[in-house]
Amino acid sequence: MIPEIGHFALALALSLAVVQSVMPILGASRGNVRWMQSARSSAIGQVFFVGVAFAALMRSFVVSDFTVRNVAENSHSLKPLLFKIAGTWGSHEGSLLLWVLILTVFGAGVAVLGSNIPAATKARTLSVQAWISVGFLSFLLFTSNPFDRVFPPPADGSDLNPLLQDVGLAMHPPLLYFGYVGFSIVFSFAVAALIEGRIDAAWARWVRPWTLAAWMSLTAGIALGSWWAYYELGWGGWWFWDPVENVSFMPWLLGTALLHSAIVTEKRDAFKSWTILLAILTFSLSLLGTFIVRSGLLTSVHAFAVDPERGIYILGLLALSIGGSLTLYAWRAPVMEGGGLFRPISREAGLLVNNLILAAATGTVLFGTLYPLLLEALTGDKISVGPPFFNAAFVPMMLVLGLFMGAGPFLSWKRADLAGVLQRVRFVAGLAVLVTLAVWYLISGGPFLAYVSILIAVWLLLATLREWALRIKFMEAPLSETLRRARNLPRASHGMTLAHVGLAVAMIGMIGSSAWKSEEIVFVTPGTDVTIAGFDVTFTGAERLRGPNYIADRGRLEVRRDGEPVTTLYPERRSYPVAQSTTTESAIRSTLAGDLYASISEPASEEAASGEAWTLRILYEPLVNFIWLGALMLVAGGALSLSDRRLRVGVPRRTRPHGDLRLPAE
Amino acid sequence: MKRLFAVVPLAVAVVLGGFFLWGLNPERDPSEIPSVLISQPAPEFDLPSVPGVDVPGLGRADLTDNPGPVVINVFASWCVPCKAEHAVLTRFVERYGLRLFGINYKDEPKDAATWLSDLGNPYARIGSDRSGRAGIEWGISGVPETFIVGRDGTVLYRYVGPIVGEEAVAKFTTALTQAGALDRELGS
Repeated sequence: MIPEIGHFALALALSLAVVQSVMPILGASRGNVRWMQSARSSAIGQVFFVGVAFAALMRSFVVSDFTVRNVAENSHSLKPLLFKIAGTWGSHEGSLLLWVLILTVFGAGVAVLGSNIPAATKARTLSVQAWISVGFLSFLLFTSNPFDRVFPPPADGSDLNPLLQDVGLAMHPPLLYFGYVGFSIVFSFAVAALIEGRIDAAWARWVRPWTLAAWMSLTAGIALGSWWAYYELGWGGWWFWDPVENVSFMPWLLGTALLHSAIVTEKRDAFKSWTILLAILTFSLSLLGTFIVRSGLLTSVHAFAVDPERGIYILGLLALSIGGSLTLYAWRAPVMEGGGLFRPISREAGLLVNNLILAAATGTVLFGTLYPLLLEALTGDKISVGPPFFNAAFVPMMLVLGLFMGAGPFLSWKRADLAGVLQRVRFVAGLAVLVTLAVWYLISGGPFLAYVSILIAVWLLLATLREWALRIKFMEAPLSETLRRARNLPRASHGMTLAHVGLAVAMIGMIGSSAWKSEEIVFVTPGTDVTIAGFDVTFTGAERLRGPNYIADRGRLEVRRDGEPVTTLYPERRSYPVAQSTTTESAIRSTLAGDLYASISEPASEEAASGEAWTLRILYEPLVNFIWLGALMLVAGGALSLSDRRLRVGVPRRTRPHGDLRLPAE
Repeated sequence: MKRLFAVVPLAVAVVLGGFFLWGLNPERDPSEIPSVLISQPAPEFDLPSVPGVDVPGLGRADLTDNPGPVVINVFASWCVPCKAEHAVLTRFVERYGLRLFGINYKDEPKDAATWLSDLGNPYARIGSDRSGRAGIEWGISGVPETFIVGRDGTVLYRYVGPIVGEEAVAKFTTALTQAGALDRELGS
């Protein structure tokens, strides 16, 4: 009964979406206020009904209702409750339902919170959002119904992929989708602006909080995914340039560009058509990601079960949404330019460089990801593009970006005083060089590029802090004056500092863990000693354990440094009899200085079952936690910026209200 | 001019869309690799040794007239799964007397030498394929990839991807046993 309610709620949501895709936009062009206002109730109705459907599916997972095909295929009665809940979005159908839920959440969010947006713009935006809803709800209902029943029901479920039974990964899709799909509302704003043929500073201000919210979630989602890959896959890397990683990274790169270009549109009324294009392309890349992950177009380690029919359907949706919006763009954008002029040395120019580099980097990742497909189509050759390409093409671009990023915030709008800027950064630039030389003196090993990267990361860190210190007159004025200035500085400004520092911190982690990683792979029997990065590790044996739905072999490693015991590590190898697969549970000793990371895999022979010989992988990854610390700072910086009074949705402006009360355009 | 620029994104999207449509052809399986070489003579190639590694290079002539079938493993130091596979291959060599040759694919000799001295070198011969030319001759789709070549130089078997995990090792072991590539029987 409950699954049928869920199914019915989805159908109701679809019909509401159909209404919302027509009424408000017609109302906006005819000046009918009631039609425009209908968007509010239909957007709330949509999120309500999709929420009911989602809750119904979640209930089926929680109570292990194996008459529902989706539950039978992706769950098991012995699974811990948390993973039963996470199973709701563990399959193609369930994750698509989550996708649609988030889509409607953003629609309703604008309907309820966007009281400062003129009625006509809001109505058009919500209609565009409903077009996307119609597309994906019908996709869900007609090709991927999550509430399909199965008869006779199996006695028990066939389990979720054990690799996915992990707390980090349980939270990864919701965050990632919140980011991915959050860009839909920005896309809708952009299309609405194209339809209206008008874009101004106010538009950029309405869009900014939504862009920021989506960008923060995407940042958190990507960081969580990479953290999961780091400790769960047992390879000890945090980024593999896998197609599925790339498709989440591209919207992030372009979304970052969008965040910055929207600032120029807001402050200087420039970069208008470029901002619109970025808004369209960012969401298009999210859609592309959905398509690639679900169509089996490229080979990847974590694609969903694939079905060509679904692929065709999503490709159709892509053609309509991306093709449609870009056609509209080609038609309407050329008339929209204008806005502020600026000199080659100015904040605008700095942000232009930022945008060009980020767009080029996105293009590079896109090309590398799709190249196997393009080549196969043209020549029939099958190849794969691996990390060497991405590292060689992508990393230098990011280094150049880091160089500009340090200097950018010093530039003033319109026309900056280059000599003055150089004078202000002279000290930190010198300091960055000194720090790099010190690092080189202390370590004096590793690739040259690593030292260049260190130089740029330290430069970015110091320059960002210097700029912030200048703004609040740190050490230049009495402390009370500094505090007063810090309080009066817009939160968006603090947010920028925090996010830029976060990126520098993450860069330091990335450099440390890639350039100075040590790794040992050895066959061990009880009593074997391994020395790595100053640690003496002794394998003292392995034992067999039973978990709720798995059997584990757990190794025991005594870790000492300079004779002093440090810790004991317990890497595990779990086998899941129901799902017939095995996972590695690595054991990590985490400190800020670096992670000692151990995993046991592949017993060295058959007699390993009796605990004699194992393959032990042991790694030392210096500074690796800085990556996630930096990601956290990026998210926190975004949050700080989002809490800026200027952007807070639903809060009246601090300045006196406008003379006109923004009556609907009639 | 401006109008022209505004059409560029659309044009790119349409072209990509065409490729995607082609890619969705249900006949096409991106993970399936055509094994044109199976039962064919191994391709002609001649690779120098890796500077800094004390085993000779590898060419077509080295594949024939061995005591039994040989295994050619394509690897690179930049390839993460290769590292995991390395342990498995080493085990085969040490325990069961597998004759293992390597093709070091698109790798810096310096990195390869470090990699091998860190992990150990189970390969009897290694050809340095810096340009990837031999890789093209062998038709590899990625790294790692492993071939079994019979005494007469015929390609008997091809394994795409790392031989890691119970299932993969079992599959590869079966192929080795059928080809008679192991000197000592398993479990002995």
